[in-house]
Amino acid sequence: MFHKSKALLASVAASVALTGAAFAGSHAKLSGDLVIFSDMSNPAPRAVMEGMVERFGAMHPDLNIELTVIDREAYKTQIRNFLSANPPDVANWYAANRMKPYVDAGLFEDISDLWAEEELADLASTKGAMTLDGKQWGVPYTYYQWGVYYRKDIFEELGLAEPATFDEEIANCQKIIDSGRKCYTIGTKFLWTAGGWFDYLNMRTNGYDYHAALTAGEIPWTDAGVAETFANWRKLIDMGAFIDNHTAYSWQEAMPFMVNGEATAYLMGNFAVSPLRDGGLDDSKLDFYQFPAINASVELAEDAPTDTFHIPSGAQNKEAAKAFLKFVVSPENQTLINNGDNLGQLPVNSKSSVDDDKFLKEGFAMLSSNSPGGVAQFFDRDAPAEMAKVAMEGFQEFMVKPDNLDKIIARLDRAAQRIYK
Amino acid sequence: MSATPATARRSWYKRNEIAVTPWLFLAPGVLFFLVYVIFPIFQSINVSFYEWDGLGQAEYVGVRNYEELYWDDAFYTSLRNNLIWLVLYLLAIPAGLMIALFLNQTVTGIRLYKSLFFFPFVISQVVVGLVFTWFYDPTFGLLNQFLGVFGIDPINVLGDERYVTYGIIAAGIWPQTAYCMILYLTGLNAVDPEQIEAARLDGAKGYRMLWHVIIPQLRPATFIAFVVTIIGALRSFDLISIMTNGGPFGESRVLSFYMFEVALSEYGFRMGYGAAIAVVLFLIMLCFITYFLWSMYQEERGR
Repeated sequence: MFHKSKALLASVAASVALTGAAFAGSHAKLSGDLVIFSDMSNPAPRAVMEGMVERFGAMHPDLNIELTVIDREAYKTQIRNFLSANPPDVANWYAANRMKPYVDAGLFEDISDLWAEEELADLASTKGAMTLDGKQWGVPYTYYQWGVYYRKDIFEELGLAEPATFDEEIANCQKIIDSGRKCYTIGTKFLWTAGGWFDYLNMRTNGYDYHAALTAGEIPWTDAGVAETFANWRKLIDMGAFIDNHTAYSWQEAMPFMVNGEATAYLMGNFAVSPLRDGGLDDSKLDFYQFPAINASVELAEDAPTDTFHIPSGAQNKEAAKAFLKFVVSPENQTLINNGDNLGQLPVNSKSSVDDDKFLKEGFAMLSSNSPGGVAQFFDRDAPAEMAKVAMEGFQEFMVKPDNLDKIIARLDRAAQRIYK
Repeated sequence: MSATPATARRSWYKRNEIAVTPWLFLAPGVLFFLVYVIFPIFQSINVSFYEWDGLGQAEYVGVRNYEELYWDDAFYTSLRNNLIWLVLYLLAIPAGLMIALFLNQTVTGIRLYKSLFFFPFVISQVVVGLVFTWFYDPTFGLLNQFLGVFGIDPINVLGDERYVTYGIIAAGIWPQTAYCMILYLTGLNAVDPEQIEAARLDGAKGYRMLWHVIIPQLRPATFIAFVVTIIGALRSFDLISIMTNGGPFGESRVLSFYMFEVALSEYGFRMGYGAAIAVVLFLIMLCFITYFLWSMYQEERGR
């Protein structure tokens, strides 16, 4: 599971000039070792990570960078061990509540001083997600929009337009069902996909602030607002909008239904675009719309999960680690690593440019101008891990057995009282 | 060689060689057993009285973790599934015996057939889990294609809380049957042909022969088959993790999986609560272990 690639970089020093220009003047010489543990194990992210190490190393030839890439899922359980036993200088993780256990345990370094520097002022949009207890604990390197990806060709065939309200959404869905298809594909085997639906339905029904308060434990699950969200969800479930047997599928296994045209839309993160394209849906068949408004009186808000870099408090070479974090968020690097050939996601630095890709452009426009309510991370990053687990299990049960709602709510309420005490 | 003062004052080791040597050979095993089995048991029991996220300070909470277990629906679901596993997994023993009896003959290529039947035990549980996941797939799976031929609607085995545990157990029984079969095949080799001859002269055959002559002689094999099957049922984890991840909505969890989920998985940070589950599982296992040790002891004494 461990892959090591040591970048001994003196040899690459020649190719510095271009990328290094922005920093060459501003920094003293870095030396020693820089140990980086990364969870960017999928092929494209991995290449990005290795590329960053190479370019950073070229800027600091005296620095010996040791990169360890760990399988993304395994990383989630290993981080606990290595942060306390054998901390690297830089480690990947996620924003918002997901970093809270490590912040509370004092395992992440407070890097508020780094955020106070003017180069990081361009990251203002994600500062909130990196802030706990009034301090910043890491830097973001990429984020991506969520929304409804749909089969444009089927919409055209049925004469449907992108819905802007929930009523239009339901009217569309009825026509799709009448044509013998399902409206949405989803695979809830690993639960979080149902969390995405809850995020959107709740943010559209009750607004961002309500959603944030709910995930933070300030509003009980027995609240009337939550009941309204589930009532809206139930409208879709009762009309048969979702594919059958979704409990048996992962999010990847749910994709063939959309590719084969048995389901027309998918509420997903932008990372679904690449496999859908690989499945044969080109831009004439695949399109994107923002999740429609439900309650006209609440402002639209979006999910946009942010992936991050942190410095463990036990790091040996914090000076170099901070320089690396600054390098990661620099506009040039952000433009490069998030373009369509690399991560294919959105840059966190407002001075970067978004790649010329239909979905990235739409997502960027949506998040920067059409999400006035706020930007949430994602259900399992906003709520504490334990609460997220119990709640998402409840969502899955609700999608299969909507009649159990009262039991589910009672269970969530009990769990919340214990977890948020 | 007569006794000289030198041999009279042999070293302490030489004098006690017979008594000491077995302990010397045992020492590494005992040491590792203490460090990796006995010590963690007590450590788990200790942790189960604390609330601890594995990172920060542990807080002593007395029996609160156990109290919470008592009110936890998920715990009872897991316990119930553990019982279903225990009972149904035992089917592997008669199934293994039947296959062993069937294969215990001399025809051309019998070695090949034996290895084919043994095959599922050789492949990894993860592979077994994946194969059965595809087999059960409600849309493309072989099972539902087959049911479709008879006009039966597809059954979402792994996505329906009523069938999911049985579906996983069926996958688990497949390799376990092969294991029991091997145990019985070796046992059948040791069956005394003279007794069979004698029984045949007395007119026993078929079922009576099996029940009164063969099976009593297979007792050691049956005992081992029981032990490994019960332990296998109680530590079922990998199949559940691969096939359903405990779902749908936690209905296929067993205690070991629930413990993992609570304490060690992506969303788990409750070491104390996990340890409490582990202690309960340990107590259940302890019943069986005590029984096995006791009956083994009885048998030794009976000889």
